[in-house]
Amino acid sequence: MSFKKSPFTFSLLCFGFAFLYIPIFLLMFYSFNYSKVVPVWGGFSVRWYVELFQSEEIWSAVGLSLQIAIMNATFATMLGALAGIAMARIKRFRGRTLFSGMISAPLVMPEVITGLSLLLLFITMAEIIGWPSRGITTITIAHITFSLAYVAVIVQSRLVGVDESLEEAALDLGAKPYRVLIDVTVPLLAPALAAGWLLAFTLSLDDLVIASFVSGPGANTLPMLIYSRVKLGLKPDVNALATIIILIVAIGVCVAGWILSRQEKQRMADMQMAEAEKYDFSDEPQSSR
Amino acid sequence: MRSRIQSKLQSAELWQAFIIAVPYIWLLIFFLIPFFIVLKISFAEYILASPPFSKLFRLADTGAMYMTLIFDNFVYLWEDDLYLNTYLNSLQISITSTILCLLVGYPIAYGIARATPTAKKILLLMVILPFWTSFLLRVYAWIGLLADQGTINNFLIWIGIIDEPIKMLYTDFAVYVGIVYTYLPFMILPLFASIEKLDMTLHEAAADLGSRPFTTFRTITIPLTMPGIIAGSLLVFIPATGEFVIPDLLGGGNVLMIGKVLYSEFNSNQDWPIASAVAVVLLILLVVPMMIYQKYQAKESSGE
Amino acid sequence: MQNGTDKLFVDQPWLDPEAEPFVKIQSLTKTFGSFTAVSSVDLEIYEGELFSLLGGSGCGKSTLLRMLAGFDPPTSGNIFIDGVDMAGVPPYQRPVNMMFQSYALFPHMTVEQNVAYGLKQDRVPKDKIAERVDQMLSIVELSQFAKRKPHQLSGGQRQRVALARALVKNPKVLLLDEPLGALDKRLREQTQFELMNIQERLGITFIVVTHDQEEAMTLSSRIAVMDQGRFSQIGTPTDIYEYPETRFVANFIGSANMFEGRVKENGADYVIVQGVGSDVSFYIDHSTAVRENTAVWVALRPEKITVSASAPEDSADYNFVEGVVDDIGYLGNFSIYKIRLDNGRIIEITHPNQTRPKHGRHLVEWEDKVYLSWAPHSPVLLTK
Repeated sequence: MSFKKSPFTFSLLCFGFAFLYIPIFLLMFYSFNYSKVVPVWGGFSVRWYVELFQSEEIWSAVGLSLQIAIMNATFATMLGALAGIAMARIKRFRGRTLFSGMISAPLVMPEVITGLSLLLLFITMAEIIGWPSRGITTITIAHITFSLAYVAVIVQSRLVGVDESLEEAALDLGAKPYRVLIDVTVPLLAPALAAGWLLAFTLSLDDLVIASFVSGPGANTLPMLIYSRVKLGLKPDVNALATIIILIVAIGVCVAGWILSRQEKQRMADMQMAEAEKYDFSDEPQSSR
Repeated sequence: MRSRIQSKLQSAELWQAFIIAVPYIWLLIFFLIPFFIVLKISFAEYILASPPFSKLFRLADTGAMYMTLIFDNFVYLWEDDLYLNTYLNSLQISITSTILCLLVGYPIAYGIARATPTAKKILLLMVILPFWTSFLLRVYAWIGLLADQGTINNFLIWIGIIDEPIKMLYTDFAVYVGIVYTYLPFMILPLFASIEKLDMTLHEAAADLGSRPFTTFRTITIPLTMPGIIAGSLLVFIPATGEFVIPDLLGGGNVLMIGKVLYSEFNSNQDWPIASAVAVVLLILLVVPMMIYQKYQAKESSGE
Repeated sequence: MQNGTDKLFVDQPWLDPEAEPFVKIQSLTKTFGSFTAVSSVDLEIYEGELFSLLGGSGCGKSTLLRMLAGFDPPTSGNIFIDGVDMAGVPPYQRPVNMMFQSYALFPHMTVEQNVAYGLKQDRVPKDKIAERVDQMLSIVELSQFAKRKPHQLSGGQRQRVALARALVKNPKVLLLDEPLGALDKRLREQTQFELMNIQERLGITFIVVTHDQEEAMTLSSRIAVMDQGRFSQIGTPTDIYEYPETRFVANFIGSANMFEGRVKENGADYVIVQGVGSDVSFYIDHSTAVRENTAVWVALRPEKITVSASAPEDSADYNFVEGVVDDIGYLGNFSIYKIRLDNGRIIEITHPNQTRPKHGRHLVEWEDKVYLSWAPHSPVLLTK
C-alpha cells in the first residue's frame, strides 16, 4: 500500500511524528534564545552554550556519568551476553523459569521499586560486610542489573535467528565449547553486542530515579544535576545541554543505521552476483544441452 | 581412555554451568534478594535510628529466636485515604494513558508496517531515535510547551483563540501527555512487529468474501495483531503505574501518583517501613501484568 | 567359485559373515519426553559403504544421525565406530564429521578459513593446513573461490565448500544430512554423481540421511528405510525396490498396487493368492512359509503390468484381469493409466512412450476395455 492510495494513513503518520519531534525541536530552538525566560524570544545567542562550557559542576557530572555508563555498558554486555546465550541455547536447566523471569522483569519494573530495593540491599550489605559504600560503585552495580536484562533480550533474539548448526558444525570439526563461543558465537553476535553495549550506555546516561536512590553524598550524575535544575523551573542552559546531548545521540544512531544499511546493500549485491555467476562456471549442465 | 573422555565431557558441562551461573548469581543477588529485603522491612516498625526500622528477628534471653511481624504499615496504607486514593489515581492515569498510547500508536505502527522498504527503515529509525535520547529531557521539553507562559498558550493567544492562558502544566492532562509522549515508542515497536507479520493477502481474502474495510479491520487485523497490542500495552502500563519523573515534573503537587509518594516517603520522610510497604503493594498490583508480559516475552524471544 | 564369492564379498561386505562392521549400532533408543524418536534399532555399516537412511519427516533418521555425530546423547543403546564405544565422547572428539543440511558455513569466514577450521582445532602446522586446504578445494573445484565469503557463492558452490570442510580432517565416517536437499532439481542430479565419485576416490564411509528415494537409490550401496523410529527394511536399492518386505516399503519406494488376499495354495516353488473382494488371483513363482488361508497382501508395481486392447490368446486363470480405462496421465517419457475393474477398484499402470502418439492418440483411450496381465515373478507377497 503506498501513501498516495491512503492519504488517511499518511496524515496520521505525519501527525504522529510531529507529536514525537516538535517538542524536541522547540527545546533545541530555545537553547539559542538570548532571553533568560525560556518561552520569550529575545534574539539569537549562544550565551547559554558558553555558560555551559564554563560550568565546572556540569563537567564533573558529565565525567561521572560517562565513567559509570562505560563501565556499566561493558559489564552489562558481558553478563547480558552470557544470559542471552544461556536462554537461547541451553534448553533445559534447573531454575530456567526463574532465570527468564529475572531477565524480563527489569524491563518493565517501575524504577522506584528497583531503586528502593537496591538501596536497601546495599545498606544491608554494608552493615554485614562493610561494602559497598554508596556512590559510583552502587550506581554502576544498579545500572548493570537492569541493563544486562536489555542486553540479554537483544542477544537472545539475535541468537534465535542464528542457525544452531553453525555452532554444532564447529563442535563437529573439533572445537571445544569455549572455542566455539570465541570463534563462532561471538562473531555472529557482534552486531547484537554492539547494539547492546550502546543501549546499556544510553540507559545508564539516562537514569535518574535509580541513581537518586542508590547514590551517596557527592556523587551527582548528569541526570541528577539536570533534575535539580529543572525542579527550579525552565533553564536555558539546560536547553543548551539537551541540544548537545540529543545531537550527539541522533548523529550516532544515524551513522550506525547508515553503516548497517550499507553493509546490508553490499551483501545483497554480492549474493546476486554469486547467483548470476553460477552459470559462468557451469555448475549446471544446462549450457551443454 | 575412559576417564579422560569423561573428564572432557565434564569440562563441557562445567562450561555450560559457567555460562548460566555468572548472570544467574548476579541477578539473584542484585535483583531477587533485594525484593525480600523490601518485604522484610515492610513488616518492621519505624523507629528513630539508623537504619530507621525495627529488627524483625530478636534473640530472647532463652536463646530462642523470635520473629515479630508488624502489619501496622499495611493497615495504615488501607486506612489512610491518601494512599488508597493514590493507588487508584495511579491506576486510572496509567490505564487511560495506555489506551491513549494505543490509539495514537496503532495507526503509526500500521502506517510504518505498510510503507515501502526504504521508508520503513527510516520511519522505524525515527521512532527509535527519541527512545535513545534522554527521557528526562523529553519530559522537560513539555514544561516549555505546556506552561502558562509556554509555547502552546503563547501561540493560541497570538492567533486569538483564547485571551487567558489555559492551565495545562501541573494537571492530569500534562501527565497524560507526558506518559503518551515518552512511552509511545514502547507501544509502536511491538505493534509494528506484529502488524508487519500480518499476511496482506488475508485482507484481500476478506474483501473478496465481501467484508468492508472496517469489518476486516475489526475481525481480521485486530485479532491477529493482539500479541502486539498486549505486549505494547503492558510495556506502557506497568512502568507508567510506578512512574515518578513525569508526575513529579509535569503534575507538580496536584497529581498524586504512587511512585511520587514512595519517593517522598523514603527520601523526605525517611519512613522506610512505609515506603517498603508501598512498594510491596505496588508490586502485588503489578505482578499479574508482569507475569503475562514475561510469558509473552519468553514466547517471542524463543522465536515461536 | 571360491574366487567368485570373494569378489562378491569385496563389493558386498554385508554378505560376508566374517566381515567386521565399521559402524555398529546396538539397540539404540532416543526418547524426547514421551515421544520415541528412535526405537531400539540395530545397524551394521561396513567400511567404504555409502549408506542411506531413508524416510519421511519425523521418522527418526536425523535423530539417528545426530546421535552418531554426538549432538544428542542416546537414551539407551550403544554406538561403536571402528571398534570404539562412543558413549560419552563429545562431538569434538569423535572421528566423524558432518555435512549439515543448511551447510552451516561460518558466514564471517572465507571459504579457505571455513575449510581450514577443523585442522586448526587439531593444531596442525600452518603450512600443512594450507597444503591440505588447497588439495580439498581442488577436489571440489573451488580453488578460485578460496578468498570469498559464503554469501558470495551460489547454492551449489556452498554445498561443495561444506563437503570440503567436512572431509578435510579425513574422518572415519562422513555424515551427510540431506546433502542435496537445498539444490534445484537439475543441479541435484549432477551433484549426486560428483558425490559418488568423491566418495569412491577417498574411500571414506558415508552415511546419508535423505527423504528423497531417487537420491537414495542412485547414491547408495545400501539403504535403511525408516518409519516411526524403526527400520522397515535394510538392503541394496534393488532389494528394496524389487523385494520389499513390508507394505510400508512397497508404498514408500516407488508406487505399488496393493491387493488384499488369502493364500489359496502354497506349493514348493509357487504360491497362489486369491484377491479379496475381486476376482484377481495371483500366481507367484516364489515360495513362502505362510500357511494356506492366511490373509496376505500382494504388491504389484505399475510398470510390471502389461496393458493391451485385445484379450491375450492364452487367457489364463491367474495374473490376468479385465478393466476399463478410467484416466490417462501423459508425462512425456511415460504415461500413467488408471484402469477401473468391475468392482470399482482402480489399478495404476505405467507404460513408456516408445513411439510418438499420433494425433494425440494414446496406447489405449478413455473408456476402452483393456486387458491387464503380468509375469509370475512380478507380484510380491507381503505378510507385514
